[in-house]
Amino acid sequence: MNKKISHLDWLESEAIHIMREVAGQCSNPVLLFSGGKDSLCLLRIAEKAFRPGRFPFPLMHIDTGHNYPEVINFRDHKTKELGERLIVASVEESMAKGTVVLKSKDEPRNKYQSITLLEAIEEHEFDCCIGGARRDEEKARAKERIMSFRDEFGQWDPKNQRPELWNLYNAKVHKGENIRAFPISNWTEMDVWQYIEREKLELPSIYFAHNRDIVKRSGAIVPITEVTPPMPGEKIENLTVRFRTVGDITCTAPVLSEADTIEKIIMETASTVITERGETRLDDQVSDASMEQRKKEGYF
Amino acid sequence: MNDTNKNNTVLRFMTCGSVDDGKSTLIGRLLFDTKTILTDTLSHIEKTSKKRGMSALDLSLITDGLQAEREQGITIDVAYRYFSTGTRKYIIADAPGHEQYTRNMVTAASTAQLAIILIDGRKGMLTQTKRHSYIAKLLGIKHIVVAVNKMDLIDYDEKKYQEICDTYRSFASAIELNQPEVSINFIPMSALNGDMIVERGNSMEWYKGPALLDILETLDTLENLNQSSLRLPIQYVCRPRESENKELHDFRAFMGRIESGLLRINDKIRVLPSNHESSISEIRIGDKLLDEATFEQSVTVSLHDEIDISRGDMIIHKNDELSAIKSFTATICWLSETDLTPNRTYLIMHTSRTSKAKIANIHNKININTIEKEETSSLKTNDIANISFKLAQPLIVDKYTNHKGTGAFIIVDETTFHTVGAGMINSID
Repeated sequence: MNKKISHLDWLESEAIHIMREVAGQCSNPVLLFSGGKDSLCLLRIAEKAFRPGRFPFPLMHIDTGHNYPEVINFRDHKTKELGERLIVASVEESMAKGTVVLKSKDEPRNKYQSITLLEAIEEHEFDCCIGGARRDEEKARAKERIMSFRDEFGQWDPKNQRPELWNLYNAKVHKGENIRAFPISNWTEMDVWQYIEREKLELPSIYFAHNRDIVKRSGAIVPITEVTPPMPGEKIENLTVRFRTVGDITCTAPVLSEADTIEKIIMETASTVITERGETRLDDQVSDASMEQRKKEGYF
Repeated sequence: MNDTNKNNTVLRFMTCGSVDDGKSTLIGRLLFDTKTILTDTLSHIEKTSKKRGMSALDLSLITDGLQAEREQGITIDVAYRYFSTGTRKYIIADAPGHEQYTRNMVTAASTAQLAIILIDGRKGMLTQTKRHSYIAKLLGIKHIVVAVNKMDLIDYDEKKYQEICDTYRSFASAIELNQPEVSINFIPMSALNGDMIVERGNSMEWYKGPALLDILETLDTLENLNQSSLRLPIQYVCRPRESENKELHDFRAFMGRIESGLLRINDKIRVLPSNHESSISEIRIGDKLLDEATFEQSVTVSLHDEIDISRGDMIIHKNDELSAIKSFTATICWLSETDLTPNRTYLIMHTSRTSKAKIANIHNKININTIEKEETSSLKTNDIANISFKLAQPLIVDKYTNHKGTGAFIIVDETTFHTVGAGMINSID
């Protein structure tokens, strides 16, 4: 008999294997769950890896306090449905403690998630964080390991990563150090959408086309919310948009789209001409090396 | 990004060569011509090309790496790239080719089904070509594509191309790369002009063979499952005892990825190292029940009998001759900046099992430029050597040439926990 499994089965199988290695090797792992599409794939993979048992780790959301309510509601609904434990680590709590100091009141908080994440790792003594990052997202990620080693300061040193061969993963760490595990490293945005479609995964509503007040600012579409008001002279328009990624409100922009079903999103993704981050992540456009810099500082 | 087919198969390949051979341009060309490069990346490349004073688009910038690498103008690590066609999803492991990066080549080769070995048509075969071919053979890559690049700079000369192919063929025989199970293809190309990569171009009418993408698209990567024995290392045991569901109170299932072979319902099995026997009552992936599961599938299995199994155990077919052993000989590649210390204890991570190990004997090391064996008492970064190990706990192993998944291991430093070596088992002592 000759057989070859499909690419989605192969990717899923690899991801399940990675998650089970985390469960087998680490004593206190956690799964980072944002309510976004990539972390929703992780949850389905965790179900396939561990059911009918419980997940051998809690879920954790690093909450900047600047979220679309649809995403937070969805996060809570999903956690309840799974019957798993959710830890919310809040950037605003770090601000109250004085460990996060904003340069200005309305500064985007995405980069401060690293500080809150490191504090949560220390508090709960996590030795591994499972995340939904993919190598195709950004070029500093193309060389990322599936099990990425971070030192006591959460730092990623590209020159000091463990070689990763075959499907043998070394997740051994000393107290204080930790591993970031990325089970869907080898997935592309298209793979993620195809998997969502195949598995009929439920998504937060903002991923689908909806009407929203926006302004156009230096080429990007900026949604109008309490924390992102229009600037003087800007014209508010109500347009049909959807989000390709979800994150902190201040640095996640929607795209113009009529795609209100997964099938339509896949068709749109197939014909799209702009990369996911280039289009919708306002924080990656700053410099060529901005992701690499943030990762060195402990960002996942 | 233009592919919506849900039933692609995966093909993993690696590219071997240095920047000078046009490796980055080749990968850039594959991604560009399969329309994987999107507008914002492309406009960025245009800007950078102009900034560096180039007239045409420099496709090698697509694979331009980390800031640290750009500053030094070298590649220091394996990068992974992706593209998709209507037939396959491709994962490229892009490994730097300099001599000091043997370990990166070994890393990239460990997961590759095919290796593209780049030769600069002006220079012909170099020492690095031999090194790359040897590593591909060592890691058991079954498909080799020898890409004679920069044909545009040698006037697309068929005779020069044939000479390079002939030289390579005799080298391949010398290192016994040309085995019946190994395919070796030759392609003349110009990555710069895009000839014989995705498009054929008009400059080499004399070449009748397939272009690179045709080879990748039609490569037969099927595993012959009847010829390989079942290997299912257990990663995790599911015992949801605390579950409120009473039916699950006695539920036990064993979870792992099939490294080799085919598993069917009611198959009679044996568990190593305990040698307990039972048969398969259920195979599932998530809540989907399966009659059979194959190589590379992560499954959850239940047995008809209640026997004790833990992480690190292995399920095999009942009559398969395999047992746990405590010594073996392997070819290893030393990956660490710190030399191997022959009288230290190391950890060996193999499937889902770990054992302490001591070095019984360093037989020799291999000069990968001449493929000759040399005597040595220790190992430095990038050294490849034949070593016998003694193990504290038994491992369940195969020869690497028979089963990659159960023939491969990594060596971990007991103190730093760094991965310091990679090994392939040659013989069981």
